[in-house]
Amino acid sequence: MDMPAPRPEIMAQKAELIKRLQRVLSADAVISDPSETRAYECDALTAYKCPPLAVVLPATTQEVSQALRICHEMGVPVVPRGSGTSLAGGALPTADSVILGVARLNAVLETDYDNRFIRVQTGRTNLSVTGAVEEQGFFYAPDPSSQLACAIAGNIAMNSGGAHCLKYGVTTNNLMGVTMVLMDGTVIELGGAHLEAEGYDLLGLVCGSEGQLGVVTEATLRILRKPEGARPVLVGFDNNEVAGACVSDIIKAGVLPVAIEFMDRPCIRATEDFAKAGYPDCEALLIIEVEGSEAEIDEQLALIEEIARRHNPVELRQSRSAEESAAIWLGRKSAFGAMGQINDYMCLDGTIPVSQLPHVLKRIGEMSREFGLDVANVFHAGDGNMHPLILFDANKPGDLELCEAFGAEILKLCVEVGGCLTGEHGVGIEKRDLMAHQYAPADLEAQMAVKDVFDPKWLLNPAKVFPLAASDARRAA
Amino acid sequence: MTPQTEADLAGIIKGADGPLRIEGGGTRPIGALSNGAKLSTAALSGITLYEPGALTIVAQAGTPVAEVEAALEAEGQRLAFEPMDHRGLLGTEGTPTIGGVVAANVSGPRRIQTGACRDFLLGVRFVDGRGEIVKNGGRVMKNVTGYDLVKLMAGSYGTLGVLTEVALKVLPKPRATGLLRLEGLSDAQAVAALSRALGSPFEVTGAAHLQRGPGGAPVTMIRLEGFENSVAYRARELGSLLADYGAFTLETDPDRTAADWRHVRDVGPFQDREGDVWRLSVKPTDAPGVVADLPGAEAFYDWGGGLIWLLAPEGTGLTARRIRGAVARRGGHAMLIRGDRTQGVFPPLPAPVAALQDGLRRRFDPRQILNPGLMARGEPV
Repeated sequence: MDMPAPRPEIMAQKAELIKRLQRVLSADAVISDPSETRAYECDALTAYKCPPLAVVLPATTQEVSQALRICHEMGVPVVPRGSGTSLAGGALPTADSVILGVARLNAVLETDYDNRFIRVQTGRTNLSVTGAVEEQGFFYAPDPSSQLACAIAGNIAMNSGGAHCLKYGVTTNNLMGVTMVLMDGTVIELGGAHLEAEGYDLLGLVCGSEGQLGVVTEATLRILRKPEGARPVLVGFDNNEVAGACVSDIIKAGVLPVAIEFMDRPCIRATEDFAKAGYPDCEALLIIEVEGSEAEIDEQLALIEEIARRHNPVELRQSRSAEESAAIWLGRKSAFGAMGQINDYMCLDGTIPVSQLPHVLKRIGEMSREFGLDVANVFHAGDGNMHPLILFDANKPGDLELCEAFGAEILKLCVEVGGCLTGEHGVGIEKRDLMAHQYAPADLEAQMAVKDVFDPKWLLNPAKVFPLAASDARRAA
Repeated sequence: MTPQTEADLAGIIKGADGPLRIEGGGTRPIGALSNGAKLSTAALSGITLYEPGALTIVAQAGTPVAEVEAALEAEGQRLAFEPMDHRGLLGTEGTPTIGGVVAANVSGPRRIQTGACRDFLLGVRFVDGRGEIVKNGGRVMKNVTGYDLVKLMAGSYGTLGVLTEVALKVLPKPRATGLLRLEGLSDAQAVAALSRALGSPFEVTGAAHLQRGPGGAPVTMIRLEGFENSVAYRARELGSLLADYGAFTLETDPDRTAADWRHVRDVGPFQDREGDVWRLSVKPTDAPGVVADLPGAEAFYDWGGGLIWLLAPEGTGLTARRIRGAVARRGGHAMLIRGDRTQGVFPPLPAPVAALQDGLRRRFDPRQILNPGLMARGEPV
């Protein structure tokens, strides 16, 4: 994965830049010592690293505005950073860029239970948003696996999802308003505690724009009352195809579970060794969760079980206690960690139409044999968002490149069958050069035109999302 | 002009030498210009893909909403965002199209719980003002590949491009519906009661208050949907949660409850009344105060108070300036739905946001030929 070469004329301005930033930020909010900037050299896509020119950690929207204005005037690229948990390299710096971290912007500004929203600064972590309202029985719905660490700023940048978005939607469906600073320092407000956009839906446009349109410092988020209860059922099958058909039948029957998660045998085994969730030994496992009162859960699960039985499951087991439910979810949520214990892996994120599940799983199996690399599949089956984990050995020369080539083939397959390259992780640098497989030049041109309007000098997170060749002329201008 | 294909449409726009007035079914003339050549999407019609097991439908922009709804009905599914039919309120003929619904982001009572049209829009194809065919999004529920132009197109009223195809997420129809109803509450009491209901775990899918119900008295309405037992259980629980407001009655007849919500959705209370009709988007608990600041206006509330439908009868002095002022003091905005459009249909925007909007428009439609009089620019403020 290439990154543009740092521009010497920017590197040469380092001392002047630091001096100017120190004038508007507190002393400890400007980091320029190479031993300290190293901590910001990568995000969770650790295969790619580069220390930035400097790091700034502003504590207010005003400070963000002042820092951006300085970088804008001096033509210095800025890479916004939440908690650095991006799997796509969304927060990867270049040597001539300033990392703008929002970690110090972590206050809760307002909670309003009558109108069901919370307003927070965006450095706050996803889980701590729910933490701020759960005593009143409320929660914030999007729940990416990294929710303990990931920041709301990053969630907005990547339009993050999670396991429960089949029912609750992703970030964009739960975001009501933002305070955002444009690259030239202008502060704008989009949306708020009311529901509808005035004018164009710029809020919807900003969500998922990967930190390329502005730095979001405050967010108004929808909060929901917690359901009375929730209960998962485990259903095991002796082949993937049948499991896929069962998912489709459940959805068609008019039950809308809050989550339908799918794991294949390699993933079930690794997870079971790691988390001891009591998963059955089978080819394909579904975790289906429904919500409501006890009686409502019983009724929905009875219907789901009736549908599942038609597909001859090898295992069908409802959770009988809160502890058992927690163990079932612990298994699923620690799947990535479990795989990491036994191997290096690359996590993909393509989405496919649910009807294509059996075909895609079969093809991934075939490609796995062709490339000679194992794959474990764990994904959100209800919405077709797949997370194939390709196992490789980082110490073996050439294995990472082979793994990336295999990953690219899987993502192209996702696009071919009517899906997309990324369902919730974002493009970043990881899928940047595959964009031309999903979008024609005119499609990419329309997207880049949006960046031209918000950030005419292409200084915000410039080398991400779009193939370098496509954005080259704009970045050089 | 009524192009037969997307390519024809692209050719027409590329070759256009003056303003174009984009029309779907022609049921919302308030959004239309008096000048400009009419460009209709009516011939771009038909469902291109429907996968009930994936909760996805794809249709050409000119497809009648009724055709989409009939196809979904046959599989026990529906458009969950419940788009309004404007014909009754505006006294128009024509056939609402799915492209028109998307272009105006038209969403009904269920928006408060399940989301707006834009939340269900998965993908679009459109022809921009330069005649380029552009696609964005796709037909899957989770997609963060590149910028979300899908949201940008929803509610852009044909000013950035002419939609040719839309992909929508659909949802199963519930097996049962319940309508809880209580008469006699004041606006403030009703909004407080609706807030409490919406803040409960019972998944209220409609929350409205009519200052004047069918019998003349104020009516507060709460909708529940789901399995039969579940609706009955939730109705009981909500009844006790809201007992201090009075005793709610429960209606479960599907036709009658559907008719009552259609009345709310299609602005039934103001259909046969004279006067301007405004749509105000506010924070729900601010709603009664906004209405109280506008004496002479009649109102009803949807979305738990978050949407105010306002009737400004002639002679009450309720000008655009006064109405927008009452909303702006608290946050939110007002849009004119029926009345004299010279007072400005769309809400004015703060300068830096207007600059972004204008910039986008110039990029997508450099010659400024697509619905040039709509959305801020060229409108009286």
